[in-house]
Order: sequence, then C-alpha cells, then structure tokens
Amino acid sequence: MVETMSAHSGTTRRDFIYLATGAAAAVGGAGAVWPFIAQMNPDASTLALASVEVNIASVKQGQMITVLWRGKPVFIRRRTEAEIKAATDAKLADLSDPETDQKRVQKPEWLILIGVCTHLGCVPLGYQGAYNGWFCPCHGSLYDTSGRVRKGPAQKNLEVPAYTFASDSLVRIG
Amino acid sequence: MTNLMTRTSPLLAAFLGLSLGMSIHAAIAQDGHGHEQELPPVQKWSFSGPFGTFDRAQLQRGFQIYKEVCSACHGLDLLSYRNLTQTGGPQFPEAQAKAIAAEFKVADKDDKGEPVMRPAELKDRFANPFPNKKLAEDTYGKVPPDLSVMAKARTSPRGFPLFVFDAVTGRNIETGPDYLYGLLVGYADAPAGSEPPQGSYFNKYFPGNNIAMPNMLAADGQVTYQDGTPATIENYARDVTAFLMWAAEPKLEERKRIGFQAIIFLVIFAGLLYFTKKKVWSDLPH
Amino acid sequence: MSGHASTYQPKTGFERWLDKRLPLPRMMYDQFVGFPVPRNLNYFWTFGGILTLCLGAQILTGIVLAMHYTPHVDLAFNSVEHIMRDVNYGWMIRYLHTNGASMFFIAVYIHIFRGLYYGSYKEPREVLWILGVIIFLLMMATAFMGYVLPWGQMSFWGATVITNLFSALPLVGESIVTWLWGGFAVDNPTLNRFFSLHFLLPFMIAGVVALHLWALHVTGQNNPTGVEVKQNSDVVPFTPYATVKDGFAMVVFLILFFWFVFFNPNYLGHPDNYIPANPLVTPAHIVPEWYFLPFYAILRAIPDKLGGVLAMFGSIAVLFLLPWLDTSKVRSARYRPLYRQFFWIFAVVCVILGYLGSKPPEGLYVVAGRICTVYYFMHFFVILPLLGFVEKTKPLPMSITESVLGAGGMGGSGTPAGATAMPERKG
Repeated sequence: MVETMSAHSGTTRRDFIYLATGAAAAVGGAGAVWPFIAQMNPDASTLALASVEVNIASVKQGQMITVLWRGKPVFIRRRTEAEIKAATDAKLADLSDPETDQKRVQKPEWLILIGVCTHLGCVPLGYQGAYNGWFCPCHGSLYDTSGRVRKGPAQKNLEVPAYTFASDSLVRIG
Repeated sequence: MTNLMTRTSPLLAAFLGLSLGMSIHAAIAQDGHGHEQELPPVQKWSFSGPFGTFDRAQLQRGFQIYKEVCSACHGLDLLSYRNLTQTGGPQFPEAQAKAIAAEFKVADKDDKGEPVMRPAELKDRFANPFPNKKLAEDTYGKVPPDLSVMAKARTSPRGFPLFVFDAVTGRNIETGPDYLYGLLVGYADAPAGSEPPQGSYFNKYFPGNNIAMPNMLAADGQVTYQDGTPATIENYARDVTAFLMWAAEPKLEERKRIGFQAIIFLVIFAGLLYFTKKKVWSDLPH
Repeated sequence: MSGHASTYQPKTGFERWLDKRLPLPRMMYDQFVGFPVPRNLNYFWTFGGILTLCLGAQILTGIVLAMHYTPHVDLAFNSVEHIMRDVNYGWMIRYLHTNGASMFFIAVYIHIFRGLYYGSYKEPREVLWILGVIIFLLMMATAFMGYVLPWGQMSFWGATVITNLFSALPLVGESIVTWLWGGFAVDNPTLNRFFSLHFLLPFMIAGVVALHLWALHVTGQNNPTGVEVKQNSDVVPFTPYATVKDGFAMVVFLILFFWFVFFNPNYLGHPDNYIPANPLVTPAHIVPEWYFLPFYAILRAIPDKLGGVLAMFGSIAVLFLLPWLDTSKVRSARYRPLYRQFFWIFAVVCVILGYLGSKPPEGLYVVAGRICTVYYFMHFFVILPLLGFVEKTKPLPMSITESVLGAGGMGGSGTPAGATAMPERKG
C-alpha cells in the first residue's frame, strides 16, 4: 500500500505518514496475535498441577506403582538388590545412551521414571523383556532395570523427572 | 446527517415530543409500580472507574471475613487457594497462602483408591462447607448460594436514563457490590404488620425483604482485624464485598491495564489513519 | 463475478501462469483494488467493512473459546469461568466474543438503517437486500444459540421461552418443540445441538456474505444521492480510497468495541447470566439480549400466542417485501422530504419498542407496545406504498459528480487523478 501511494506523491511528509501508519498497523497486528497464541499454552490450573506428592510407604521391594503427573505416567519402582546390581553392573560401552545408574537415582532402592517410551510416546510394560526392565509394546524397545534403553528403535533412556523425597515415605514429583 | 436533523419538521418534532413524554410517563409509572423496595446506599469502591484497582489490604481483610464468617455456609467453588497469591488479587505471600490452604480439608483418594480428607494445597479448589447440595438443603432449608461470581450476579436497578450514562461511567459494575454491602448491613426490625415468616429475617434491601440468611455481621468487634482497621460492621461488610468482587472478576486489574494500552494505541492509530485518509483523498476535488 | 471490465495486469511470469489456470489474483484485484466505488459515499458506507471485521473477529474468538468450552449442563457454566480465570488471556477472548456479538448488531442495525434511508433496497439491488436480510436472520439465530452456551439463568430461560414460541404453531407445534429440545425440556441434548449449530452458522453467514458481496459488485454500490454511476468521474478505485477510509472507520469502531471489552464488559449482558442455570426457578424478569428487544416487544404486544409469534417473525419477514412495498422511484431520502420524516419516526419507534421490550408486560407498557407495533407494520404496509404516489420529491442531481462539485465543476477538473486509469464502464 505504501509503495503504490508514494508512487504518485513524492513529498516526504506524505511518505512519513504512510510509513508510520503501516508500522502502527504491523505493531497492532502483532500485539493482537499474541493472546490468540498464548491461549493454547498450559493454563493456570494445569500449571498448578505441576507437582504431585506420592506416599510410597506401602510399596514393597520388587513392586512398582504408576502415578499420573502432568498427564503422563510416572513409574515408581522399588528395586530389589538383584535389580540394582544388574543396573550397576552393566557396562557403559554396551549402552546406546551411556549413563551410570547412580546418576539416575537419588536412593538406589527407588527408581523414578517418566513412563513414556522415548521412541514415539507409548507406555512401556514393566518387568518384561530380556533385561527385566521395561518392554514397549508399540515397537519393541527394551529398557533395563535402570530404565536405560538396551534395544532399539528408541535411542534415549527413559527420562527421570525432577523429584525430591519430602520424607522417607513421601516423594514429591515436579 | 446533522443538517437533516436541524431541518426537523413540525411533524417529526411533534412525534419526538410525544414519545419523550411517553417515556417520562413510563418512568414515573415504573417508580410508582408495586411496593417500595429501598435501594442500597451507593458506596465508594477502590475498583471503580477506568483506573480503579483493588486495595490489597482490603482484599486480605475481606478474605478473613469470608473465612471466619461466610465460609461456614457459602462455598467459593470457582476459586483455588493458588488464586490468593496471584497478582491483582489479595496477593498473600505464598507461604501464608499455603498455611491458609492447610487449614482446610479437601476430599481426595489415597493410593488404594479409598476416599480420604487431606489438608488442602494451593492447587486445590476452595473447600466447600457441604459435601453435597442435599445436605446443605437439609441443614438450612435452602442451599446457601455459591459466592464465586455473586458480585456480578446481583445488581440494583438503575432505571432510565441512568443506565444510558452507565455505558460511559461504568457505574453499573458497582451496583452488584453496592447491593451486597447493603444486604449485609441491611438487617433491621420489621415494620409492624410485615413480620417475616418463620425462618426468614427482615432485610431492607433484599427483594421482598424476607431473607433466609440470618444477620451474620451482628456486632462490631466480632472479627479481629490485624492491621488496625476499625472492627465495625460497616468495614466487615465493605471488605468482604470488595473481596467478593475480586473473586468474581479476578482479572479486573489486568483487564484495565491492557485496555488502557490498547485504547491509547487505537487512538494513535486512528489519528494516523485519518491523516493517511486525508492525504489519499486530497487528490480529489471536492 | 463483476459488472466492470478487469484492469488486472499480471506482473510476473508466475502471475501470468496462474491467471490462465486459476484467476484468483485477478478476482481479488478486481473486487478489492480496482473496483469502482462512488466517490460521494459517506461514513455510513463503511459499516459493510466493519461488519466483515465483526464476523472475522467473532469466528476467530469463537474458535478459540470452543477449544476451552465444555458443552455439558454440569460443566458449561464452570468451563466458561475456567476460561475467565485460568486460560491465558481467556477473559479477554471471552469478553471480545460476548461484546463482539453486541457490536456486530450495532453495526448491522446502522447498516440496515443506512439502506432504509438511502433506498439501497430498490431496483436493481433487491437480491442484494434480500441476501442481507437472510444474513440478519442467520445472525439472530447464531446470537441466540451462543447466548445459551454459558448455561446461566438467562441462557436457560431464554432458550426455554424462545423454543416454546414454536409450540404456538397449530397441530405440529408440540412435536417441533420436543424435536428442538431432544427431550421434554431444555436440557443437555439441547445444549449440545446449540453448540454444534452455533459453530456451524457463522460459516453459513460467511457464505451468504460472499453472495451479498457478489450481488453488490454486480450492481455497484448505491450512494447518498441514489443516482446511479454514469461516468468515470463518479467513481474512485476501491484501493486506496475506500480501503483507507474503511480502515479508519474500523479503528474508530474498535475504540468503542474495546471500551466495552476492557472497561465495561458486562454492561451489555445481564447479571442473571452469572447465576448457574436452574430448571426449578425462573428469574423475575426474563429479557433477551438488547438487540432482540424490539422484536420481543412486538411478540408481547399481541395478546394471542400464535398471533404474537407471527407478528414477531412477520416484523422481519416484511423486510423481504420492502423492495416492492416502497413505490417511490427516488432512492435517497435526501430528495424525499416526507419519507425522510417518516424514516426518523420509524427509527424512534424501533428504539421505543426496544425500551418496551426490556420492561415488564403490564399497564402502559402494553398499550405503548401495541401502538408502536401497529405503527411498525403501518410504516411498511401503508405509509411506504402511499408515499410513492403523494410525495413531491426534490429534483435529483444529474450525476454523482455534479452533486459533489456542483453543476459548474463538471468537466476536465472533475476527473480524479486516481480515476484516469479507470476503464470504461460496461453498463
């Protein structure tokens, strides 16, 4: 619009008004767009659910519970001595996403993972597969007792969420 | 179009005069119609007008009144404890809001799926005094209404022509709070001959005057304010009303702030467009 | 889709290639750039553009609201409050949508009354006018169903009263109402279908708007003189002349719109709609939204149920007949001294009807409502047909150019700079 008009004028004052108007239209348009984009971000009630507290007193060794956090499953698995040993004994060279078991847990007994396969987002099944960790029914990825990927197609280990132990029996996820 | 109006003919003038007379007559008829319902006194509110904001201390006191008096019967189902910390509201410090929330118990399920009552957290909705409406009705005969949007759900009549001016002044948004305040201080002895029936109380400003809610703000000093504000019935009523206005319209301050920016922008933009338009049209002889 | 020769010149190779296969750029250019517009249009002619803005804004905000709204009787009210409290900028988008509906009607009423004043419905623009009335009807249906969605007391009882209008029809009335409800009262099935239709109808409006524009661009715009375009100097190209003027008017309109959205967002609504719907208790006074009030007054003016319903629908249906009821050959009220007065009386009657619609149906209000209703129909069925025969109209200008520049201003100097590139008009 600015272009066509300055073609038959030539005075700078006119050009300035057209430019200023065009710039104001651009600024206003950009400002108006933002609320319509922001409305699709997580709302205040969703953000308020960003942390959950889980009572883990009743989980026995060799047991796992699944809780919902931010709409995703979180596995809380109380590992047996054998499972911990299997996890710590694994050679890093054998792993496609090398990570020590110590880095993945706060207390060796408690393995806390986001239960979403890093391949395409399915929920893996616990205590299955060659490594007795998790088996993903969608495309066959295998995870060990530390939640590390041992067989593709997934490339990454199961994610560890941020969590703190509020007490021996209470863990806060998020 | 203005030149058309100035050349108004006798026919049109006569008609306008007639219709004006009719509407005035109608206004009088309206006032004279039915029994007299006293209008609540007009109050000054900090949130009135295009630049009005909430008074944080007043909202905090108002919440105290709600918590210590109203919450025995009335829910605020649409509010969460986290709202107490948000900007534009009472803005309690987070630790204080957590402590407030923990005073209430909310229903939840334990890890075995059994229903339990646990202390509320910031994410939880306000605890309702009744687990269900049936129990509320059995207890009080009537369900005490939820107060979440009460300040916007009530009004006091403005009538013609005041309601026209309200479009510009925004006075209409204060009629709800005026009414709530009036209701809370409006308990009085019933005039002889119009004693309320059993289970009802006389209130000057309640439509029909017989209200099922007893006078809950009955005495000065009933609630102790921490900040030195005089502990009077009027202050209780005003503070809790301001709190309910915030509860009904929690984004009021953000709304006015963004609105001010938007309108300033539009005025400038309109000015620029006006000059652009003049320039473009200046080619044409007219 | 146009009544004038195309002036589109494809500039690039791609444009030439596309022009042979899908001449969309040519169509857009001819409709919105080169389209000849009478040079004497006043600001009342900007409301077409403003209405397009309103429709676009309503569709945009509406789609956003539908992302967060839940059409269920137990959840609808709270989901609207969830939008108001938790969704990012949800309060803004919802207030834009509710006040946008009112603004839409303000604009459409100005647009309609502009058409009435300048005789824009007359030959050859009858189809254009009829399409406009169809848009108006669709708008009313959309607004009514949208008002039900928050599921407040006014939503519920408004829906109950309006759907019950159909029960006035003999024999089939009750069955139609049950069919509309999907039950034996306004309930969850009703809410669900209203949500679905409220989503659908705006796109139907957009479709009819396209036809409305098509018809407009075939006949060309009417103008304040009501004299048809005769020569190049009568018109200016749509862009930049009309675009910049429409743009200015839109922004001024937005200032009014934003005043309500940001500073008095509930003024045009009713407090009772902040009370959740309760099928057991009817509010003391049920009133529709302000833009329906005149029609509501006509409904209540007739003491007979079926008669009231027929009068109400008739008050809109009469607009379809308007092009043939007005017998005057002169379009614009500028040159019709008598019609001009009756136009203003009619406008005042409509405002009074609106006022009466908001009042309880008792005493003087009923009498006034009946007088105004009778006058409303008399305007169309008696006054307009007679006026064409008895009115002595003023002399019309020879052309639009003459009306702008005066008779002496005709000639070379009357040709606007922008119009030199204008093609000869076919018609």
